[in-house]
Formats: sequence, structure tokens, C-alpha cells
Amino acid sequence: MNILVCIKQVPDMESKFKISSDGQWYDQSDLTFKINEYDEYAIEEAVRLKEKLGNAEVVALSIGPERTKEVIRKALAIGIDKGVHVLDNDSHEKDPLQIATIIANYAKDKNFDIVFLGMQSQDRASAQVGPILSELLGYNCVTTIVGFEHQESKVNVKRELEGGIKAKISVKLPVILTCQLGLNTVRYPTLPNIMKAKKKELNTINVNDLLNEQPKVVNLQAYIPEKKKGGILLEGKADEVADKLISILKEKTQVLR
Amino acid sequence: MKALLIGEYKNGHIDESFYELVGFANKIGASSVGFMVAPLDVKPEYDGKVYIADISKAKDYNPKVHKGLILKLVEKENPDVVVFSHSSYGWDLAPRLAAALRAGQISEVIDVDNGEYIVPFCNAKLRRKVKPNTPKAVLTLQSGAFAPLKNNTAQIEPFDYTEEDTNLEFQGYEVAEKTGVDLTKAEVIISAGRGVGKKENIEIVRSLAKALKGELGASRPVVDAGWLDESYQVGTTGQTVAPKLYIACGISGAIQHLVGMKKSNFIVAINKDKDAPIAEVADVFVAADLLEFIPMLTSKLTK
Repeated sequence: MNILVCIKQVPDMESKFKISSDGQWYDQSDLTFKINEYDEYAIEEAVRLKEKLGNAEVVALSIGPERTKEVIRKALAIGIDKGVHVLDNDSHEKDPLQIATIIANYAKDKNFDIVFLGMQSQDRASAQVGPILSELLGYNCVTTIVGFEHQESKVNVKRELEGGIKAKISVKLPVILTCQLGLNTVRYPTLPNIMKAKKKELNTINVNDLLNEQPKVVNLQAYIPEKKKGGILLEGKADEVADKLISILKEKTQVLR
Repeated sequence: MKALLIGEYKNGHIDESFYELVGFANKIGASSVGFMVAPLDVKPEYDGKVYIADISKAKDYNPKVHKGLILKLVEKENPDVVVFSHSSYGWDLAPRLAAALRAGQISEVIDVDNGEYIVPFCNAKLRRKVKPNTPKAVLTLQSGAFAPLKNNTAQIEPFDYTEEDTNLEFQGYEVAEKTGVDLTKAEVIISAGRGVGKKENIEIVRSLAKALKGELGASRPVVDAGWLDESYQVGTTGQTVAPKLYIACGISGAIQHLVGMKKSNFIVAINKDKDAPIAEVADVFVAADLLEFIPMLTSKLTK
């Protein structure tokens, strides 16, 4: 079985973001980057499947600048067999169709049976790459899975809907699955595995060798939204702030009298 | 400008989000037609034509079949934009349709100004202004972003279905057992987020809820971490609430959480990070270490 996992390096969402000097994106300097949280579940599920099957190879692919190799190395340390880095210093300028095209062009002649992706990235959150990829490759696709079971030539998945309801779906291979938070419990790489990962294959491909698609959506401007008008900010000593908050609640709500 | 509005029929009725799509079409001054997979006797409160594909044939969930139907309708009606809700149905189907049409897709639209769309990014800490670069565009709209619009009963037109997809089999729904309280009826909700740090610290939040005679709620990461079960979850995939008072403790304010609680009458956020997107909706933002502040507040309330 051939398995592909697509991962993205994103900034820590707790960061204090600034807008880049061209006004188009966030300033990427001084940020801490990590694996997109949704993709961690994709990596974990792929590694579990490999462990269950024995005879499977799992490849992790990531698109981005040089630093993107860090997340591929981490995926290798978790148990992925091989890494592919698509070097692209301007990956943030690509729209979801372009990103899906890069992946599709890499994957088209490799007969992957299952492709796992996060359901969305934490920065862009378009949730488009998985389903578009399925259109480009002609694969089946189920999004937002919170349950997974492999059974010969098909997989049984649970797809998360609104209000705590899940849809049970059985789908034939080859299939693209986008992973929702909580799909599994993500493991941490162990020190011996981190050492082993250093010897694993990690190939780099230039983005120009895989991309033949113009953007379908134009980015005009990025900005920081205004906070709620009239919202009150309380800070200072816990004791005094608590008193202030209680008096506000008494004045503005009918909850405290 | 013409919009094709893709409604959703679930749990035996037309989902209210359809009327937000109608409100959006009205806002951009577009003429519109609707489409949904539903029973043929539905009665959308909409001043126009709604094409209905029979749900007993097209099934609740079968993306390939639903995409095929919409593609045919796009050919027939030639809309400039196809509009979905940014829901589990919309984010699954819209990209497939956009790819098939080679059209630009813009996800999670929260506002529009003269053909330029506003979308949140970086967990709603930032915004982007974007526009499609293609003759047609596919949009998904953030729930609650556009005011719903209802009017007369729609003119229903059955829409034929011929395709089949034997690759995918929908096997029914699994509904979570309700073990917690019905948060939709609570007047006071105190919710714990990832910022509480560890499971044991939930008790600090629970004590505050008790002191305010309110119910305990949670954001998704708390449920995913197994600190509370999913019946406590507020947000898109949990419960949508509108209490008199909502206190968010250590919740950054991911858009999925904001959607579930922003109709609360009065919102207090307790968080160390003043830039957290929860500040966008908070009436009072307490910038504090919650492990220090909440016990202090609780003890003053119970004195």
C-alpha cells in the first residue's frame, strides 16, 4: 500500500501577528513555525495504518521555503518513511488550486492508495486542497474525518457534521481523506526515532517543476481587524480587576444583583 | 450579477443558513435561484425559483452526485457566483465544484464590498481582502455573517437526476449521547478553553460557574484533549448558545467557537493574550493569568 501525507508548516497561532511590508500577508520573520495541527492527525493515522499493515510505504510531502524541512523531519521521526520537500519561497502566494496542482503533479504517476491531509490549515483555513486534489487525481474523497478503519479495498470513515452528529461512510480506494481534530491521539517522536529520521530519504523538488496553473483568486490586502467597539479592557492586580468586573456585571447584566 | 444559492436540507427541514445565502444575494444586488437536495414538497420562504433534487434518489451525502447536479444547473442557469454555507456540506462540495469549473473559490466569506470579499485567516486574528480571477466564482459564507432574509413561498422546480456513484456508500448517522446539560437553555455559561492548561484546572472554571449559578461549557480543544466530554462543547460542531452572560476562560476565539457563542448577550473573556480574536466580540476583556484571576473572582462572588 502506498500512502501519501500532505503537511504544511504554519506559524504558532498564539503569535502576535504583524502585516508584511507589502500589505499582502503576515510578516513571516520572528515567528515560530510548526506542523499544522490538523496535519498531525493525518501523520498519526498514516503511521498507525502502516504499523497495522506492515507492508506499506508512507511518504510525507510539504511545500514551502527551506525551513519547511523541519516539519518533514518531524514527520519522519514520528514514523513516516520518506520525505518530499517542494521548495517554494513564495508558497504563501499560491491559491488552493495551485497547491493542489503541485501535489497532484507529484502524485499522478505514483499510485497512492490513500492520501491523508489535514481538513484545513490553521493559517489559511480554506479547507479546499483535499477536495480539489481529489478532482485533479480522480480519487474519491471524504472530508473532516474523525474515525478511520481500513478494510481491504475500502475504508470506513466517520465524517463530522454540525452539532455532534457523525456520518458513517464506506468508500473505495483510492481515496483522499481530510482529517479533523480528535481523529486519534497524536504521539510524540522519541529520541531514538529522531536519530533514525536523520538517515531517512528527504528529496527536494523545485516548485517550478510541478506547477502549471495560474492563481484563480487574487490577494488584495491583509489587515488586522478592529476590536469590538466599546469593549472594556481590564488589567492590573487580580484583586482590583475582580472587583471592577463584579461591578460591571452588576450594572450591565441581570445575572448579578 | 446572478447567484446560484445552494441550500441544505437536514434533520427534516431546510437549514436556516439558506436564508443567509438569500440575504447575501440581496446585499450584493444579485438576482438568484436556489438549489437543494430535499423532498419535493419542501416550501422555502424565498421569492424565487428553487430547483429541488429528490433526496430519496440523490441521498443526503453523495458529493459526486450532488456536484453533478450542480454542474448541470450551472450550465442551465449560467450564474456568476455559486454560493454555499461554510458548513460540513459546503466545505466538502464547494472545492469539488470550483475545481470542476476551473473557477476561483473563496472560503468563509464574512463580508463583501464591491466584488471584493473579506475572509478571516490565522485563526481569525487577521483578515484578507480577495477577489476571484475567473468569470465564475464559488463562495462559502461564514455562518452568521450575513443577515437572513425570508419572504414568500418559492416556486419549486424538480431537477432531474441521472448520475450514480457506487464508489461511496453512506451508511447512516451516529448521534452523540447527550450526557451534559442543554447549554442552549442556560442563562449563564462559563466556558473553559485550551488556556486552562490541564484537566485538573477545569475545576477552577467549574467553581466559578457554580458561584454564578451557571453551566460549564468548553471549547473544542478541551473536548479533544478528553478533559470534558463533547456534550459541553460550544461552537460549530457543538452547541450554539445565546445566554445572558458568557465567560470565556482561556479561549482564544477560533472562528468555529465564535460562531457558537457570539449571540450571547454579554461576553467576558479572560485571557493573557490581548490580541486573541475573542477580544473582537468581548464586552469585557480581562487580561490576566486565569489561574490566579478566576479563584480570586470566585472567592469574591461567594463571600
